[in-house]
Amino acid sequence: MIDIKNISYTYMEGTPFEKIALREINFSVKEGDFLAIAGHTGSGKSTLIQIIAGLIDLKIGAVEIDGENISTKTARRKIGIVFQYPEYQLFEETVEKDIAFGPKNFGLSEAEISARVDEAMKLVGLDADIKNSSPFELSGGQKRRVAIAGILALKPKYLILDEPTAGLDPRAKKNLLSEIKKLHRAGVTIIFVSHAMEDIAALANRVIVLAQGKILFEGAPRKLFSQTEILNRAGLMPPPVTQLMLELRRAGLNVSTEILTLDEAEREISRLK
Amino acid sequence: MINVENLRHIYANGKVALDDINLEIGDGEFVAVIGTNGSGKSTLAKHFNALLKPTAGKVFVNGIDTADEENLWRVRENVGMVFQNPDNEIVAAIVEDDIAFGPENLGIEPAEIRRRVDLALDTVNMADYKKFSPSKLSGGQKQRIAIAGAVAMLTKIIVFDEPTAMLDPQGRREVLSTIKKLHAQGLTIILITHFMEEAAQADRVVVMEGGKILKIGTPREIFSDVREMKRLGLDVPVASELAARLKLPAGILTAAELAEAIKR
Repeated sequence: MIDIKNISYTYMEGTPFEKIALREINFSVKEGDFLAIAGHTGSGKSTLIQIIAGLIDLKIGAVEIDGENISTKTARRKIGIVFQYPEYQLFEETVEKDIAFGPKNFGLSEAEISARVDEAMKLVGLDADIKNSSPFELSGGQKRRVAIAGILALKPKYLILDEPTAGLDPRAKKNLLSEIKKLHRAGVTIIFVSHAMEDIAALANRVIVLAQGKILFEGAPRKLFSQTEILNRAGLMPPPVTQLMLELRRAGLNVSTEILTLDEAEREISRLK
Repeated sequence: MINVENLRHIYANGKVALDDINLEIGDGEFVAVIGTNGSGKSTLAKHFNALLKPTAGKVFVNGIDTADEENLWRVRENVGMVFQNPDNEIVAAIVEDDIAFGPENLGIEPAEIRRRVDLALDTVNMADYKKFSPSKLSGGQKQRIAIAGAVAMLTKIIVFDEPTAMLDPQGRREVLSTIKKLHAQGLTIILITHFMEEAAQADRVVVMEGGKILKIGTPREIFSDVREMKRLGLDVPVASELAARLKLPAGILTAAELAEAIKR
């Protein structure tokens, strides 16, 4: 369980550039959750996940991981964080060395490191024969998987992913999302930062919407998408299929707009005929 | 006008990135280029303003051969580029200085620079922010400043290489509507994108795979073959996909068209 207790955070406090990033944030993430955090650029999402991962020190509020403060080493090691465009952080000569970098720093044995590299590669759907390739020869989607595998090799109990599919083509995106879903099924608790509502709808059981550093909404994705006013205030859009249903309704068709997937849309429209 | 004739591009490591590309883009056209990562889209885009030169074949911009080193600046006076990450494109500490950077480098006189910067700011709807620091802007606003930089060069052709990939939905809308405005003003637009809803707004769509052009057609033609697009690892607008699932006639692109077809 992750407890976020009454967090506020201000950048460059006491200077003319002072900017409040987060105000009085409270929520918790249970084991097995797939929590999405949504909000437009500047809403405070990135600050929040860095605080959860223990990368920013707090003056106000606290983050507890399984009851322990995030400032402790044991708490911090339970959290893995994958930043946006993580492939920019690849640096080693081979895929294997890159993934092994983290576990090596944890001081694990060679055998354990090698086992973890294999397992991490399998988890993200990377072929074992690219182990000795340079990460820079891979496609965009593969590079990103290598970067994610590097974090998974640390065996985090909680995994934070910051817009993991940004910039990927539709196929790579779909594949990566299904790997993330598998990770979740394998028992990893996921915190997923995104503004792609269709991804949130397909994956998350709970969503938190941030705007101007505050929590504007917390609940099931399905509940969120019918609340257009909240979405507008947060600068977000419902999934394309929900938008389409809203437009069909505006065009005079008597369809429900609480639709999140193409399957649901197909069934709903077929009902009309 | 851009003419691409039998273009081939082979990278230093021997990878054939583009293979026998033939394409003609007319004045005032809005062309979208789609394809999976590694299909050659960005490599093609970089040939339009001579960031890359053909290994074989030719690229002509308004009749100018891009392979000739002496033509470099003339090519770039004709074609502007906007990339994925606005943070990599913005150079100055104040918005209007950033937009003035290009014209200043051409040695244009101050009064003319002022006129162009104001025009560019108006075009992208950012006049209120001219004294701002770019670091204080949202992603969509930064990208519009990058576009204004191209507008201030008075180029007739602008190539956008995944300009919305890093933006949130609001930013994406802002940038796309700016692109459509530029097109309406008569500029030639080439848009590389992974978002099929954006490609659907273009006059023509070029589909690339493995360094080759697989198909060129109107969005309606391209997106009517849902199965083929999925096979290529691409997508189609939701309205097109739903229409296919509901066995409605092919060629539906928008919600309004879908609504009509359902009512019928």
